[in-house]
Amino acid sequence: MRTITYREAIREAIAEEMRRDQRIFILGEDIAGYGGTYGVTKGLIEEFGDKRVKDTPLAEEVIIGTAIGSALGGLRPIAELMTENFSLLASDQIVNSLAKFHYMFGGQPKLPVVIRMPGGGGAQRGAQHSQMLETMFAHVPGLRVVLPATPYDAKGMLKAALRQDDPVLFLEHELLYNVKGEVPEPNEEYTVPLDRGIVRREGRDVTLVTFSRMVHITMQAAEDLAKEGIDAEVIDLRSVRPLDLDLVLDSIRKTNRAVVAEEGWKYYGTGQGIAAVIYEHGFDWLDAPVGHVAGKDVPMPYSKPLERAALPGRAEVIAAVKAIVPAPASVR
Amino acid sequence: MAIREARGATLAGLNREQLREMHYKMVLLRRFEEKAAEEYTLGKIGGFLHLYIGQEANGVGAFSALQPEDYVLSAYREHGYAILKGIEPKAVMAELFGKATGCSKGKGGSMHMWSNEHHLLGGQAIVGAQLVMTAGVGFAIQYQGEQRIALALFGDGAVDEGAFHESMNLAALWKLPVVFLCENNQYSMGMAVTKAWSVPTLEPRAAAYGVPYRRVDGMNLLEVRDAVREARERAVRGEGPTLIESLTYRFRGHSMADPAYYRTREEEKLWKTTRDPIALFEERLKGEGLLTDDEIRATNERVDREVEEIARFAEESPFPEPDELYTDVMVSGAGAIAWRTKPSTPKE
Repeated sequence: MRTITYREAIREAIAEEMRRDQRIFILGEDIAGYGGTYGVTKGLIEEFGDKRVKDTPLAEEVIIGTAIGSALGGLRPIAELMTENFSLLASDQIVNSLAKFHYMFGGQPKLPVVIRMPGGGGAQRGAQHSQMLETMFAHVPGLRVVLPATPYDAKGMLKAALRQDDPVLFLEHELLYNVKGEVPEPNEEYTVPLDRGIVRREGRDVTLVTFSRMVHITMQAAEDLAKEGIDAEVIDLRSVRPLDLDLVLDSIRKTNRAVVAEEGWKYYGTGQGIAAVIYEHGFDWLDAPVGHVAGKDVPMPYSKPLERAALPGRAEVIAAVKAIVPAPASVR
Repeated sequence: MAIREARGATLAGLNREQLREMHYKMVLLRRFEEKAAEEYTLGKIGGFLHLYIGQEANGVGAFSALQPEDYVLSAYREHGYAILKGIEPKAVMAELFGKATGCSKGKGGSMHMWSNEHHLLGGQAIVGAQLVMTAGVGFAIQYQGEQRIALALFGDGAVDEGAFHESMNLAALWKLPVVFLCENNQYSMGMAVTKAWSVPTLEPRAAAYGVPYRRVDGMNLLEVRDAVREARERAVRGEGPTLIESLTYRFRGHSMADPAYYRTREEEKLWKTTRDPIALFEERLKGEGLLTDDEIRATNERVDREVEEIARFAEESPFPEPDELYTDVMVSGAGAIAWRTKPSTPKE
């Protein structure tokens, strides 16, 4: 397989699906001539023209409203929001319209809307440009919320999102765009399910449950732990709504221990929600409390050392594991 | 006055049958709402109930200028729109009762009516939300090269929302085939429009986006109809949106819970006694020799019978089955947890 970046993988998915289905179009701020703030949509305007690659004014509410309305009118929109932080300006449309219409109107309207947006911290972009907000949307019935961590998954999940009829919030991480990974050749068609996690590393001592960029940090932590004789299993959830809970529980039945690792804030969020369902459905298999590694409970500071301190890192994952896993008799 | 028996007698290009049908519809909307108010006080209808009484000329006038394939998106004062767009009044009343036979299967309620078949794309309980979606529906029409429009109905309160600005700008920028019809009933709940708007009419706002503007008497059915017809033609020609401001008045409170202390009884009385859109239309038709008192009486009796039947249907319809609680959350049936060991449904 060839190796391409996360950015290129997403671009390929968009282009391939737009070639396949004339109903698909993309709209957002600076996605045409500029090529997208993070360069994801570069070149699409040349192939598909300005009818299907629509630059919009700086107006998030009408971007998402237009996506929803166009779906009601028979199209399959991809809306790009410049960052996840700006989704708050469109959150009324996402929460009150997109998530509710199918149910509220008795199953009549379908809303095949995909909203792409990058989030996350680590690039010194400050408090208003560094948030992980998947928690807010994963809380809401009626939405799918996915956070692919690899180029392979980004391409396969975006293609899958564009071939089904439920609204999907497709949350990218701005520090993943340059990450490279193996992806099949363009002529090799594949999709990745929107509701299935994957075991990234098999292990027997502890289950590390994570998603998005934290997958990579957690994998590094697992390798470090292996050197100390602790064999960690790493689960990349890929989707937080719906949650592939059986995959997590199957692993915990084997390891009897779990740590949830996420970049977002610790309290009342995705990680605590996952820990709660582990307790609810897997309590009998646990030999220790569920560990939780998360972002610090502060707005993201700008200053580099402070930002580094606010973000969860490899050392914190290792410490959380060691807190619940007995020290091995001897380092192998 | 003698009836003009000549077959060709018309008013505003409408024949006698068409005009009488419009009159019937206004009476139906009024009586439907009066019946809904009765049922609400009897506890048959819950939640909020926003009545359209007083504003009937807007809906009947506007919808008479539409084609069946046109889309309509509206706010929450929408029972009349649902009926005018073609949904059976029984299904609208049943929705108010929360019954399985309602047009949204009893899950929407007074503020959330829908029909794929009739292209009624819902009532919104978030003020102004329909405006941004109307732009999107307009885009889909334009993208697919269809000869139809999207009509957004909203009140004076929606103008205060940012959604109004974003939608007007985009619709004008992309020349979308949409019509914005503001039914300015002069109060957003208790807030007088004179206290909420920095300018007295929508004319300067329309001008700010380069959008054609027309102000009409919202108590005059034919005037509303003419404005919407003209705006529809412009939209279909590809010339973009029009903003119509229709000055009207709701005869009841904002909802059933509102005693309307923010306006005087004298003001209400003046509108009800001199500006009632049904009475005005009747006088006009009678004056033109196109309608008689006997016909008005017959229409009233017919509507009374129909509304009783509509309410009986709603009353006798079943409530949704318990399983409906978890039905249609998502098209795929997905819920919060994608069980591998259990059926993947929202049920825990």
